[in-house]
Amino acid sequence: MDIPGDLRLTATHEWARINDDGTVTIGITEHAQEQLGDLVFVETPELDTKCEPEQAVAVVESVKAASDLYAPIAGTIIDANADLADSPELINDSPYENGWIFKIQPDDVSDVENLMDPDDYTNMVSADE
Amino acid sequence: MDLKTPLYQSHKDAGAKLVDFYGWQLPIHYGSQIDEHNSVRQSAGVFDVSHMTIIDVSGQDAQAWLRGMLTNDVAKLAPMQALYSCLCNEEGGVIDDLIAYKINDTQYRLVVNAGTREKDIAWLKQHVSGDVKLAVPSNSAMLAVQGPDAVTKTAIALDSMGAGADIQNLKRFFALEQGDWFIARTGYTGEDGVEIVVPGELAPLLFKALLEQGVAPCGLGARDTLRLEAGMCLYGQDLDESHSPVQSGIGWAVDVRDPERQFIGRDVLYEQKSTGTDVHQVALVLSQKGIMRAGQVVQRSGQAIGTVTSGTFSPTLQKSIALARVNKPVVGGCDVIIRDKPFAAEPVELPFTKLA
Repeated sequence: MDIPGDLRLTATHEWARINDDGTVTIGITEHAQEQLGDLVFVETPELDTKCEPEQAVAVVESVKAASDLYAPIAGTIIDANADLADSPELINDSPYENGWIFKIQPDDVSDVENLMDPDDYTNMVSADE
Repeated sequence: MDLKTPLYQSHKDAGAKLVDFYGWQLPIHYGSQIDEHNSVRQSAGVFDVSHMTIIDVSGQDAQAWLRGMLTNDVAKLAPMQALYSCLCNEEGGVIDDLIAYKINDTQYRLVVNAGTREKDIAWLKQHVSGDVKLAVPSNSAMLAVQGPDAVTKTAIALDSMGAGADIQNLKRFFALEQGDWFIARTGYTGEDGVEIVVPGELAPLLFKALLEQGVAPCGLGARDTLRLEAGMCLYGQDLDESHSPVQSGIGWAVDVRDPERQFIGRDVLYEQKSTGTDVHQVALVLSQKGIMRAGQVVQRSGQAIGTVTSGTFSPTLQKSIALARVNKPVVGGCDVIIRDKPFAAEPVELPFTKLA
């Protein structure tokens, strides 16, 4: 499993990346998309709403099931990936780049550092299998 | 339970993601469920359906007995012809749906669902009367090859194994027997194709020969989207013991033309066929983006009128499709409640593939 080193991850398989402007981009991991299978619908979060850690804010649906997506940190949702409306498969094809899902203006950007680093996440996933 | 079909290793070799299905380890997909679905619509795909249960019925009274057990009438079958039927209880509730093949007047073959195996066998045994014997062969595998190119590619694969059979001339819903092999022109995808019962030890060879002809290995995921697009019911979702075939969109599988034929559930089903039922099945297409799922509520003018029994994303239509059970007409449209929000849906005629 090859996870970009700048990502921080959650036990519920979201990733978070701190952007240069201090916002945080959120998506789901390679492992998560593989488990879900072909994605066919994404309900992105409403913009300008507050979110708390572990709050369900979005839904990704594969052919077989719907899964909640949780906010990894507290903040305000400021952007969502509009391309997913017509091309949800971007999440399958490019989970860490073109398949990003939404952006948060964090209350405290250092919250991101409390998430798992790629090694911890990889260990967690292999322990599950 | 951890049951393996004779193709277990073949699936692993083909890169399958295996899941538990009523105790059986079966592929959900081999990489992309949607690609597999499209392979079947455009060319050909093969499914391992060895988990399905075969029940052979034989004896002098086999035909008369089955005429009393099944909602459809096996008396209208020619030798080696098949029909779809339900097995109902006294109240007309569906115990299972199945395919019945007539071999000859004293030999029939039933193919029933994996999840209902025990209760079906118990029900049949409990009702056995006269000269009727039931047998459940255990060492066979079953492969379904489906798609517009399925028959041509299967014929070549069979030739390559030295097991050539004249399947090109096999009519729809007819079967042939060749040695230990049983090949029927039936399926669960809405496409042309065959279902092949083969001795377990030969199944991996047949699977390999089919893959060599470019037939795509397909999992349970694609099987579900294909059958739903074709408007076919799935037992446990669209069919159950609390509802009759007439209430579930398959009243055509209840044959009441012979007034002398007394079959289990007849009186209730006859009444329902004559007068109609409030509870009925409706096919829905979602008018906006979103996915309908089993269990979601169907509303009309803000009032709940039923429930989605099967819902998914249709790769062919690129929209969500569903079967629902409702107790009021859905003329002009309805709403399906997805995550507490109403989504507009339209009733359509089956099969969904007709809309493509």
